[in-house]
Amino acid sequence: MAHVTLSHFLVVAGLLFVLGLLTVLTRRNAVAILMGVELLLNSANLNLVAFNHYVVGGIGGQAFALFVIVLAAAEAAVGLAIVLSIFHTFKTIDVRAADLMRE
Amino acid sequence: MSPIRKLLAWSFVSVAVLTAVAVASARLAPALAASPRFPVGGPVSLADLVFWLFAVLTVGGGLGVALSRNILYTSLALLFSLMGVAGLYVFLSADFVAVAQVLIYIGGVLVLILFAVMLTNRIGDVNISNTSLGWAGGTVLALVTASLVVAVAVEVPWRVKLSHPLVVTTAAMGNALLQRWLLPFELVSLTLLATLIGAIVIARKELKAD
Amino acid sequence: MEHALNELAPVAVEKVSYLWLIPLFPAVGALINSLFGIRIQRTLGKRAVHLIAIGMMALSFAVAVRAFLQLYALAPEERFLQQTLWQMLSADRLRFDLGFALDPLSMMMVLIITFIGTLIHVFSVGYMADEPSYWRFFAYLNLFVFAMLLLVMGDNFAVMFFGWEGVGLASYLLISFWYTDIEKAKAGMKAFVVNRFGDFGFILGLFLLFWTLGGVWEPRADVRSLTYHPEIGESAVPSATNPFESAAPKSVEKDGRVLRLGPTLNFRELRDQVVIESTGVAEHLKHQTVWGFALMAVVGILLFVGAMGKSAQLPLYVWLPDAMAGPTPVSALIHAATMVTAGVYMVARLSYLYALSPTAMGWVATIGALTAFFSASIGFFQYDIKKVLAYSTVSQLGFMFIGVGVGAFWAGSYHLLTHAFFKACLFLGSGSVILGCHHEQDMRKMGGLKKHMPVTAGTYLVACWAIAGFPWAAGFYSKDEILWKAFSARDLAFLGHSAPWLGPAIYVLGILAATGTSFYMFRSYYMTFTGSYRGGEGHVEEHDEDPHAAHAAPHHATPAHPQDNVDPNGATQAVHAAPHAAHAVHAPHAAQDDHGAHGKADHGHGHHGVVPHESPLSITVVLVVLAAGSVLAGLLGIPTLWSHTEPALERWLAPSLPAEVHFAEFPHATEWLFQCMGVAAAAVGWFFARLLFKDGKSPVPAQLKKRFFGFWTVVYNKYYVDEAYHALVVRPALFLARFFFWFDQHVIDWIVNFVAWLGRLVANIDGAIDTYVVDGAVNAVAGVTNEAGRALRRIETGRITTYLYGLTLGSLLVILLNFLFR
Repeated sequence: MAHVTLSHFLVVAGLLFVLGLLTVLTRRNAVAILMGVELLLNSANLNLVAFNHYVVGGIGGQAFALFVIVLAAAEAAVGLAIVLSIFHTFKTIDVRAADLMRE
Repeated sequence: MSPIRKLLAWSFVSVAVLTAVAVASARLAPALAASPRFPVGGPVSLADLVFWLFAVLTVGGGLGVALSRNILYTSLALLFSLMGVAGLYVFLSADFVAVAQVLIYIGGVLVLILFAVMLTNRIGDVNISNTSLGWAGGTVLALVTASLVVAVAVEVPWRVKLSHPLVVTTAAMGNALLQRWLLPFELVSLTLLATLIGAIVIARKELKAD
Repeated sequence: MEHALNELAPVAVEKVSYLWLIPLFPAVGALINSLFGIRIQRTLGKRAVHLIAIGMMALSFAVAVRAFLQLYALAPEERFLQQTLWQMLSADRLRFDLGFALDPLSMMMVLIITFIGTLIHVFSVGYMADEPSYWRFFAYLNLFVFAMLLLVMGDNFAVMFFGWEGVGLASYLLISFWYTDIEKAKAGMKAFVVNRFGDFGFILGLFLLFWTLGGVWEPRADVRSLTYHPEIGESAVPSATNPFESAAPKSVEKDGRVLRLGPTLNFRELRDQVVIESTGVAEHLKHQTVWGFALMAVVGILLFVGAMGKSAQLPLYVWLPDAMAGPTPVSALIHAATMVTAGVYMVARLSYLYALSPTAMGWVATIGALTAFFSASIGFFQYDIKKVLAYSTVSQLGFMFIGVGVGAFWAGSYHLLTHAFFKACLFLGSGSVILGCHHEQDMRKMGGLKKHMPVTAGTYLVACWAIAGFPWAAGFYSKDEILWKAFSARDLAFLGHSAPWLGPAIYVLGILAATGTSFYMFRSYYMTFTGSYRGGEGHVEEHDEDPHAAHAAPHHATPAHPQDNVDPNGATQAVHAAPHAAHAVHAPHAAQDDHGAHGKADHGHGHHGVVPHESPLSITVVLVVLAAGSVLAGLLGIPTLWSHTEPALERWLAPSLPAEVHFAEFPHATEWLFQCMGVAAAAVGWFFARLLFKDGKSPVPAQLKKRFFGFWTVVYNKYYVDEAYHALVVRPALFLARFFFWFDQHVIDWIVNFVAWLGRLVANIDGAIDTYVVDGAVNAVAGVTNEAGRALRRIETGRITTYLYGLTLGSLLVILLNFLFR
């Protein structure tokens, strides 16, 4: 627990990633899943920026992270539109109901 | 509980937490003296504490997203998580990104999510026949993955730069966006346009069919 | 005739180029009539058919006469005409050609065949006039003559045997001429099958002869028989090392003519080898034994078995009486004059071989005598006129074999000649009678025909005179010569032991047979021609004892022939298919129309008061010619006793009959005595016949029959020989046939069916394998795929979370594995 180094950030990002994965895999609520996706994206962003700061330098990583943020927003918008659409179809946003592709 | 009592409780808890953290780090500081791995010795500085604060915030928020039953609590936890990440960005000399994070993520996405939560709040009593992997499987998976990731993060000898100054990046970001990263910038704007239209179309169609 | 055998030379051969025409003409006639006969008959009428047939016969006779003239012009030792057409077979030492030879013996036979054959063809014109299958009859007759000519003219065994078989075939065809009647068909089959038995023996004898001529026989110490070394005989020359000096080299030079030795089928070569003593072959053959028996005896007996079948001797005579089912001309030609004499011809031809074996000669003579006596006895009680003549033929053949058996070869041949004439005359006379009595053959229904058919009666009487052996008819000379020689034969052997008593014993049998012959022949004459006509007097059917009588009546009413509707006295006209207008009128029976033959009237039943009539000219002329011949033939055989020279025929036949047989010498008085005894025997027979049967008035026959009814029945039923044959031969053969049929059906077919069953079993197994194993495997694959699919489909939950789980797990696994195994 000495100085904060790259590893700390990476661990945090990693934990975020795991938690985001857990959310996506176990939650029944579609919106919660989307929130998990946001967590995943955030963890990736954190990694990017950390590596940019500690290893690479310059502004590339941050620009990348910016784009990711923007696209995450776009994806959240569309995703939620879809969730709404599903809600209207199945009358619920429990993802287990949307298994029409099931054999 | 009356608002005053709530306020008192909160402040007491935060002070307690801060104290605990300080004491703990003070106690652990000599044990974690300088080692070959950590060339910068010295006790834990304030910056580290703040880092830890933000880290806890982030991970705690993530935990809340993953484990919380109530969807509103989930979105609140997400809020904290995103805020924590923004703070961490600042530590990584990405101030523009931090602000962008706050603005876009918290101000846009989170709001959108909250809207969606509000709109789909009633989870009907639909009978679901099959179950997913379940908490047990999820826990196992999470632990395995977490251990793997943490191991990688800690054990791999990253080629860290010797000096990593904290600078203001706004100007550099602006330059980069309009020079080096011009094409993705434009494409992203197109993507946003498409997303806009698409979202409207998707959401609207369902409304029409209703 | 005594010859110094060792001075005999090989026969001088005169090659001519026309001999083949003699058998050719009848062959051509047969061919034309068989292929085109039916069309010729339809378009040109029956006249064309018989003109072709008779024309061919006449041509053949003409060529035969020409050959005779040429032969007569040669010196006696050189009388041998020969023509070879082509080589038929050549296989190592077996060689024979299609060749014809005429020496005095075969010349005599050829003349008999063609002359009497032509006469019988002419007779058939009248006799068979109403036969629809006219053309077939003449075709068969010509075929028969062709085969018979081959038989007598062949210069080797093969051609002779070809003819031998051919006459058997023709005999079958002609006996079963009216084959739609099952009894007649059976008679034909019987003739053929019994002949076959004989031919089998003949072939065996031939093989044995051929075999023994080649090679040297070496005595083995341990076994009675000899072992055969054929290779030595081929090349050996007499030498000190070779113990058999008589082992002949391949050929020797003799008087500038080459003499071929070794196994041969050619008569001339055989004769040369055996007869010329210096070749040593005769001595050699006399001493050979096979399985303990003298070889030449076995050969002779086996060859004689063929003669037994063909010439109807005991025990193979049974076919000849049944052969009377054929038309009368057939009986006359084949079963009197020619075919049955083939056996006699054969023995005469091989006289030198028989002379080597007294046992064989004794056998031949004994069988001949027994046959003569036996069949004469059967002839006593027969009612069917043709059957009487048939048994008479068998009996006379027995006489011929007595003649050639005791060594009087020319006498047997002479009897052949005379018998041909008078037997043909008798048969044709009986045919005339049958025709005149409207196909009645039962003598009890005849009688008094002398006044209705004078010519027939006269010629019949002449022939009876001849056959009985009264002087100045030919039969006397031949029979007398035979019996005299039989009595004086001393060279005979019985079962290997010399039996000088055999000759006289045969003489006794012969004289008794002669008496019997005279008796039954005159009986037939008196019953038929004297007294009053008994025909149509209502039915005196004696069913129980008379199964053979009146065969003509039902058998002639065959569907093939147009039925004549009864009552010739009435006005109804006969309906004929034949386009002869003369047949239409029945009523005036006394009138003689040109053809004379009428339709086959339904006879005997309701046929009252029919008057028999004389036969037409085509028949009576022939009868007269034959009767004249019966008398004139006697001129050829005037005995030495009377003329103090050799009889003409003996002189003529001498070159063909070189065998020397020893006879006892007797004074002339004895010879005169025996001649008188012969005449007396004939007279005795005639006397009793006249006593009992003249005019049919004597009650004695009926009384005798009643008294000795058992004996009478036995003799009447031919001593039940046919029944014995049936039980001993036919039934076992049929049993064997049925057994083999059963065997084939149950054993062989069972095996075949079993194999088929096995095949089906294998097929079923294969099918099962295919269905359950192969298809099962295929279906199992499909099933496994199905089940696997169903199991694996559960992964497709349709939920993203599950997929993400999978994704995560998978990637973790990959990373782990990568980490672990790097």
